[in-house]
Amino acid sequence: MDARDSRRNQAMTEPNPDPQTNPQIGSETAGPTISVAAAESGRGRRPRAATGTVELQGLSAYYGSNHAVRGVDLSFDAEEVTAIIGPSGCGKSTMVRCINRMHEEVEGARAEGKVLLDGLDLYDPRIDIVAVRRAVGMVFQKPNPFPTMSVFDNVVSGLRLTGAARGEMDDRGREALVGAGLWDEVKDRLKSPGVGLSGGQQQRLCIARALAVEPEVLLMDEPCSALDPVATLKIEELIGELKERVTIVIVTHNMQQAARVADTTVFMLGGALVEVGPTDKLFTTPDDERTEQYVTGKFG
Amino acid sequence: MSANQHSLLLDRGNLRRRKRFNRAVEATSTVATVLAVAVLAIVVGSVLLKGVGALSWHFLTTPTALFGESGGGISNAIVGSAIIVGIAAAMAIPIGVLVAIYTTEFASPRIAHPVRFALDILNGVPTIITGIFVFGLLVEGNKQSAFAASVALAIVMLPIVARTAQEVLTLVPGSLKEAAKALGIARWRTTVRITIPTAAGGLITGALLAVARVAGETAPLILLSSIFGQGVLTKPGEALASIPIFIFQASESPKPEAHTEAWAAALVLIAFVLVLNIVARAFYARSRKRMGA
Repeated sequence: MDARDSRRNQAMTEPNPDPQTNPQIGSETAGPTISVAAAESGRGRRPRAATGTVELQGLSAYYGSNHAVRGVDLSFDAEEVTAIIGPSGCGKSTMVRCINRMHEEVEGARAEGKVLLDGLDLYDPRIDIVAVRRAVGMVFQKPNPFPTMSVFDNVVSGLRLTGAARGEMDDRGREALVGAGLWDEVKDRLKSPGVGLSGGQQQRLCIARALAVEPEVLLMDEPCSALDPVATLKIEELIGELKERVTIVIVTHNMQQAARVADTTVFMLGGALVEVGPTDKLFTTPDDERTEQYVTGKFG
Repeated sequence: MSANQHSLLLDRGNLRRRKRFNRAVEATSTVATVLAVAVLAIVVGSVLLKGVGALSWHFLTTPTALFGESGGGISNAIVGSAIIVGIAAAMAIPIGVLVAIYTTEFASPRIAHPVRFALDILNGVPTIITGIFVFGLLVEGNKQSAFAASVALAIVMLPIVARTAQEVLTLVPGSLKEAAKALGIARWRTTVRITIPTAAGGLITGALLAVARVAGETAPLILLSSIFGQGVLTKPGEALASIPIFIFQASESPKPEAHTEAWAAALVLIAFVLVLNIVARAFYARSRKRMGA
């Protein structure tokens, strides 16, 4: 079983969900979806294309009585980049934060509905919320490397603080830095403080840090809005390379960015999903009139 | 443009008065500042001048002379103070930091506010009362001990450590804790490996300031550790000598040499407090820089 499958098995708090050794799986004691994942896991590394699909079913999110996300049904395909666009306050960040269950960490916030990761409902009460966040990573708007750690320690912090072995950490850290396109720039300064890098490098460091945990999905909440255009371009190129490893969902207020990086684009307004479709289509011949008004700049 | 439109710009006669008033306020506040700083300079200066005569290596390394003799020093007082304050710090600092962690990370605001208020009140309790309290608790029916003195000083230190620790912990940017959460790092681990190290400079500051504060607290010592034997004693179960008690007793002696010795001991104490304060501020400045980065 690779890291992701073993992690998904751990995510369910009941013992031994592998149907090959536990005959009770598939009966009413386990959710039907875990048995699908477990059944395939025993047979070696499954093809990447099958992992990392996210599906939102009737997702609603509240801040107290404020209904911020209204009954969204949406799916994100593996090996794709999906961009979420919409005016400020339309609920895009909130919706995305429901996917890795960060939304409910806010005082008074709650979410309803289902978020399925490869068919497994992340809001199932048996799920270990901390494990969810290892399967679904997040990169924030403002780069936030840990100031007390060196570059390398930052990258492996997700591994070290969740109990990985030393040698494994070094390898995965290096891989993550390579994957984030940062290795060449920092290989001589791995021990220097993480906060000593430039803004763009810090953000790529945060991406490497998220990648080191080997998530299946990477959520990016306006990752380039605090960066200069050169750094932005580097990260957009990176996104293009990364999408084969992780499903990427990127919230952006920059429509040109969405047009550049995304395969699929989602337009949201007032907490509701207005339209979703291939990026080209959404920007040239959208179905909904509100989408057209937004992408042509009539409001927002 | 007619003259009327400019008439608003013309001096109506009070400009000079305003300027004079400004200058007066500026002068008064400057004088007040100079006075305040001067007080510190005068205190430190007079301690320095009066005490330097008795200050010597011999003074620092010889225990206090027996009753009636001269030529002793404060080595036993230094050792005693170090032990008493050391034990107090070992008790107060971990508890204070833990209290701060509780109120900033785990408690709801409904609980955190009363706790903070209680600590503020504890901070304002006169130390003689703390001394009497510990006296009744540990010394009555028993005997004086350095440990009892440490307990009293720890009670005095606790609110200082806790309050500064609280302030520093709330300064740790929420974005760091969010990043840790998003990586799937468990909450207590985030607190121990990320929040506390980030706030470490400020935590050290709070600890040093608390130590500086109680190094000279005399009232509890009078009640709890003022009767001690001769020579350099180190057992915390016994009453030990301390610098404040030495100053107190030496200043009551009829001999003028003893008075000079009291000033010298005061100089040692104030030097210690000053150095601690400077080091504490340096740590704090470093910590602020790190968190602002």
